[in-house]
Amino acid sequence: MNSFLEKCCDECWHSKDKPCDLFIQCCNEGPLCHHNAECEKEIKSLNKRLRYEEHDIPVIFIGMGTCGLASGALKVKEAIEAELKKFNIIARIEPTGCIGYCAKEVIVDIKLPGQSRVSYCEIFPKIIPQFINTTLVEKKIYQENLLGTFGEHTIELPAIKNHAFFKRQTKVVLENCGIINPDSIDSYIAVGGFKAFDKVLRLKTPEEVIKTISSSGLRGRGGAGFPTGKKWELAFKRKSEIKYLICNADEGDPGAFMDRSVLESDPCRVVEGMLIGAYAIGAVKGYIYCRAEYPLAIKRLEKTIQQCRDYGLLGDNILNSDFSFDLTIKKGAGAFVCGEETALIASIEGKRGMPKPRPPFPADSGLFGKPTIINNVETFANIASIISRGSDWFSSIGTKNSKGTKVFALSGNITNTGLVEVPMGTTLKDVVYEIGGGIPDKKKLKAIQIGGPSGGCLPESVIGTPVDYESLKEVGAMMGSGGFVVMDEDTCMVDVAKYFLQFIQSESCGKCVPCREGTKRMLEIIERVPVSYKGTKNKSDQLQRFKGIIHLRRLADVIRDTSLCGLGQSAPNPVLSGLRYFKDEYEVHLYERKCPSGVCKELLVYTVDNSLCSGCGVCAKKCPSGAIAGEKGHAHYVIEEKCIKCGMCFDSCRFNAINVN
Amino acid sequence: MDSEIFEKYKKGDRSCLIPLLQDIQDKYNFLPESELKEIAEFLEMPLSRVYGVTTFYNQFRLIPLGENVIKVCRGTACHVKNSANILFNLETTLKIKAGETTRDRKFSIEVVNCIGACSIAPVITVNEEYYGRISVKDIPKVLKPYQPATRAGNKPKVKETNEQEVSK
Repeated sequence: MNSFLEKCCDECWHSKDKPCDLFIQCCNEGPLCHHNAECEKEIKSLNKRLRYEEHDIPVIFIGMGTCGLASGALKVKEAIEAELKKFNIIARIEPTGCIGYCAKEVIVDIKLPGQSRVSYCEIFPKIIPQFINTTLVEKKIYQENLLGTFGEHTIELPAIKNHAFFKRQTKVVLENCGIINPDSIDSYIAVGGFKAFDKVLRLKTPEEVIKTISSSGLRGRGGAGFPTGKKWELAFKRKSEIKYLICNADEGDPGAFMDRSVLESDPCRVVEGMLIGAYAIGAVKGYIYCRAEYPLAIKRLEKTIQQCRDYGLLGDNILNSDFSFDLTIKKGAGAFVCGEETALIASIEGKRGMPKPRPPFPADSGLFGKPTIINNVETFANIASIISRGSDWFSSIGTKNSKGTKVFALSGNITNTGLVEVPMGTTLKDVVYEIGGGIPDKKKLKAIQIGGPSGGCLPESVIGTPVDYESLKEVGAMMGSGGFVVMDEDTCMVDVAKYFLQFIQSESCGKCVPCREGTKRMLEIIERVPVSYKGTKNKSDQLQRFKGIIHLRRLADVIRDTSLCGLGQSAPNPVLSGLRYFKDEYEVHLYERKCPSGVCKELLVYTVDNSLCSGCGVCAKKCPSGAIAGEKGHAHYVIEEKCIKCGMCFDSCRFNAINVN
Repeated sequence: MDSEIFEKYKKGDRSCLIPLLQDIQDKYNFLPESELKEIAEFLEMPLSRVYGVTTFYNQFRLIPLGENVIKVCRGTACHVKNSANILFNLETTLKIKAGETTRDRKFSIEVVNCIGACSIAPVITVNEEYYGRISVKDIPKVLKPYQPATRAGNKPKVKETNEQEVSK
């Protein structure tokens, strides 16, 4: 047997068309319908092989999520293959997803027969010969790039769970990410996958499932934090022959990549969560609305769905019950607003993704006018664990009103970029300094941007805030989908506010006036702030500059109160939190016309340091406006009138001879 | 008419519009006017509605792209790591603006909201290839293999992205 779909002997009769109701249980503990020591041994051994507990050739795991591939995982794989051939070693190469430590990709794990799995980081093609020689030929530990072991640890061989990056994390959603092969449903079943669904289907009524989810306290992970159990109950109570279940994987938040990583590394978990949800509300058809910008996630999902159909886990009469459910992937077409549920529904229906007023809520009348439930990827990924471990276990993690864990995508100016999963209630400080490893280059932390364009920028003074839905709202940010961008002292908060407004402005669908026009006016006000004297053409322009700031807060209130959907309602958040915490920075821009962080280009003055300039002329060649003059071999100079402050000279100078003030 | 594409969908089912447009665009690299008319007829809906959807979503384009498509990620993490400069540099190097194609049809620059590879920001992709932790100085090296060889026999290799230092 090489997969669970193969029969142990002729007695087994499970197939796609003739499903056995005990199939999942049989995979783990089988065979159940007959007694045969040979079959039992065979199934047990298959499980062990799929969990990599029993194998006679070395197994090499390579992290092949988008982050791994972008760091060169394919080249690493080729190099390893070439090296194996050279030494005539037979080994199995197993692709895995992302373990979350994206800063240290490519991550390669080696498991020798009879030994525990050892993880290595930052493996690049040029060190492969040495790496393979040490680990597979000499069978030693390659100390230079060691991350840790998954098994028993010693002083020379520390455990990966004690590594600073992983120590403070609690993995529920990311449990299997980077561990199992995401392309194989068998490896998911072998680690206990689909057991929760099997339990629900055979032993629980939909009411019981909803009760378990409700009492666990799980809240939607997409940002708003609506209790999942309550949502399901609403749909369950609606009488309708057709109900739909939608998984929202339109992760449009710039700076968030949790959903992508979960879909790439453990797609089966999301499908299982959806199966349980569909059973609970009585849905017959499901959609996964995934961004087209995530080609790998879509590819892996397609494969998983096909495998589930082959195994009889999707389709009609699943596992010989009267429950039928099928899944379709809908590719998003690149519109941020489609993350909003009514806009997402419109997009699936083939219309422009514009939100509709609620009520009616989708749970009453959603896709094609039928009751519809939409949950986020991470929400679905939590479901299976809640069912198998119980709602008490889940509600024991987290704070009073926010239960469980939350996955954050750490990025920006932080040492350990990557995916982290922490219990709710962990402070921002712990995430940044303990897990994230602090700010690189000994720079100071300026702000943490949480929740993407709907969230806010939090300064160091509130770094003790615990991460949960309420606390974050109190300090002016929001959970959002989980983007966590760290900004150091070189980031300008006016520039960040401008960036988010530009984003919102271009992504506003244009249906309601406050969002369409209001964000445009806000952007215009913010754009006037970092302008030099030369840029403000006349006196009335200068007056407008101050007047705008006075009106900004009122404008923000109007947009927040009168916009149709979440996009508009939360659009002023980045600006408001900026005004609240970084008022001085706005004032310096306004009164002194200076950008303390040196980001707002228009306020900068570029000069050439005569003592450092070698007169190579690179900057003059690069300057798009011809503002640099000088003779070859002699120090050059900047003609201020012509300078458009693009910064090309600064970036291209090899002698650091360009000064910026 | 591209029967092999249309075959997959049900005639008159308007919810197929977006997947249909995506398939057509995959084939032609853009959406030709004639195909839009075919789609409108096939789905039994007004052409104006098809056009409305086409222009609403960022993914669809009505003009063809160049041979090599450079996508510049402008997500938050990339912005913090100065992707605006990278975009500006690409624009001045290729002498086109974002969303345009060079006159020799070799390069197009597109701006995307977030590629989802924030951990290796700033990121650009050329065709399907990812280049992470890129700095302004790396741009000529990245572009070189895609450019028509100006000097014969002088085709330097691209430095691998992972070997680059994290540069600010």
